[in-house]
Amino acid sequence: MTTAEVLAPPPAAAPAGAPRRRGALQSRRRRSALIWFLLLAGPNLALLLVFVYRPLIQSFYLSTLQWNLGSPVARQIGLGNYVELFTSRNFTQVVTTTVVFTVATVGGAMLLGLGLAVLLNQKLRGRGFARTVAFAPYVLSGFAVGILWLFIFDPRYGLVREVLSWVGASSPQWYTERPWPLVMVIVVYLWKNLGYVALIYLAGLQSVPQDLKDAAALDGASSFRTLRSIIMPLLTPTSFFLLVTMMLASLQSFDIIKAMTQGGPLGSTTTLMYSVYQESFVNGRAGYASAVATVLFLVLLAVTAVQMRFVQRKVHYA
Amino acid sequence: MSVLTPKRPAAATPASPASPAGPTTPVRPTDASSRPGRKQRPHVGSYLTMVLATIVLGAPLIWMVLASLKTSQELYQFPVQWLPGSPSLDNYAQAADTVPLGRLLLNSVGLTVVGAGLKVVLGLTCAYALVFLEFPFKKIVFGLVIATLMIPPQVTIIPNYTLVADLGWLNTYQGILVPGLASAFGTFLFRQHFLTLPGSILEAAELDGAGHWRKLWRFVVPMSTPTIAAVTLVSVVTEWNDYLWPFLVIDRADKMTLPIGLTLLQNIDGLTNWGVLLAATVVVTLPILVVFLVLQRRLVAGLTAGAVTG
Repeated sequence: MTTAEVLAPPPAAAPAGAPRRRGALQSRRRRSALIWFLLLAGPNLALLLVFVYRPLIQSFYLSTLQWNLGSPVARQIGLGNYVELFTSRNFTQVVTTTVVFTVATVGGAMLLGLGLAVLLNQKLRGRGFARTVAFAPYVLSGFAVGILWLFIFDPRYGLVREVLSWVGASSPQWYTERPWPLVMVIVVYLWKNLGYVALIYLAGLQSVPQDLKDAAALDGASSFRTLRSIIMPLLTPTSFFLLVTMMLASLQSFDIIKAMTQGGPLGSTTTLMYSVYQESFVNGRAGYASAVATVLFLVLLAVTAVQMRFVQRKVHYA
Repeated sequence: MSVLTPKRPAAATPASPASPAGPTTPVRPTDASSRPGRKQRPHVGSYLTMVLATIVLGAPLIWMVLASLKTSQELYQFPVQWLPGSPSLDNYAQAADTVPLGRLLLNSVGLTVVGAGLKVVLGLTCAYALVFLEFPFKKIVFGLVIATLMIPPQVTIIPNYTLVADLGWLNTYQGILVPGLASAFGTFLFRQHFLTLPGSILEAAELDGAGHWRKLWRFVVPMSTPTIAAVTLVSVVTEWNDYLWPFLVIDRADKMTLPIGLTLLQNIDGLTNWGVLLAATVVVTLPILVVFLVLQRRLVAGLTAGAVTG
């Protein structure tokens, strides 16, 4: 770093000198600022260019190739991969699965999370502990969580079978019989993310002014009515933020599915994201997989664009 | 609803602690009868729901630890046996025999510490440059950094995989580490924080002859410890749990991280040896769980930072 320090401008060297000297000084200052900028921001920017922007653009190009991973030969087929993708029945199933998974996980997490937040917003003894327990799964490895729940869902020896037997029900074939594998994956995803949603909602609830709630109570509004007519409208920005972030996260989820079903049985838990992995690294069809990845990227971009528009219109939040 | 409230002795709430929400407390003694009591005294139903929710949400983790201490006879029986007859660590020993568990733990710790550390430094320096240095197109550069938050890493895996393979980095630590190193989230949070720092202190530092390097480490960093803690903890959690990328890059056991080692164990033991698999699952999850319990507030602040800022 010593060379860098030498390059820095001499400290406090700006007496009210002649205009020409000042101009020279300014350009030297600017040059030193530039060098410092490259030194400090350069490494991070270089990494972003090489490992995010370069592959993003290359991925568009790869999606026009018929190319197997690791193979030296590739054939330019234009939009051939996209044509195959949108006409294959397999892809229809992937899209359906993705929609079901996303709607169920995002909707479920938001509803249950809001409920949990409303519950924990009351002055209950031990609510701090409950909050900790609810949030803990969010920080754990998705793959490990998947393994753990695979054991819990075990149709012969699992905890779920035990609990179902208390009410006289028998265990479905969680691993093999559709739609149970998808249900199983959704439940685990909900368990892992519920605490996060609840915590964000809790922060939102605590920012609702107390006098509004008091006023509603004085008017004789029930707590449900207060929630629906006063609190929920005030929570709209929070809800929207959660909707977008949960959608983005849900569309990209991989490790839970990898641990529990590997996309099966018969592709019934293969989402778009899982399909990118499967096509490229299991089937080796990297060109086709790049097309799937591009579609996934466009979906995510659309979700983000909607968020940006909304945020611009509704910034008055804090 | 209002019919129910008078039954509850709203005035007699000596046991309930003074509520931290200031405005409500002074009202209580004078017109307690006119106010519904539910804000002061939650329902029994609320308590029941909370206890039930806590049990349902917490049970899987307890179950994981209990199961890892059971013998296979105890694991494979129905109705389930709740507690291990005589808790033993046999499953852990067996897991360590099948995959190099100690080595995996070391790899995970090393990669997490180095990865999170570098990420924080990259984020700090980049944010410093973006806030305190004059540079043309600064806004555009910042936009480019932030935009990467919206580019899912999964879209980039195929080109990155071929690049890393071409570099000969498959099955190496740098292969796991380098492609994910760039800091967008950290840069964003640090920038937000730097913009709030009092400019006068930095001007004073400049007058004292401090260069940028000194200003960053002597003045800016000490004034940013909460943000640094939050970014560090979030990075630790994401590095530790990172799955897809290391899974693709590594297939040799001695270079694996813990979650990848768990995959190897699953492939070897499948559904036939739950005890061993769950013992390894405990090894994967317990360290991060401990970090979470000890540093909960800072970690949660970091993980939920997007909600407040974005």
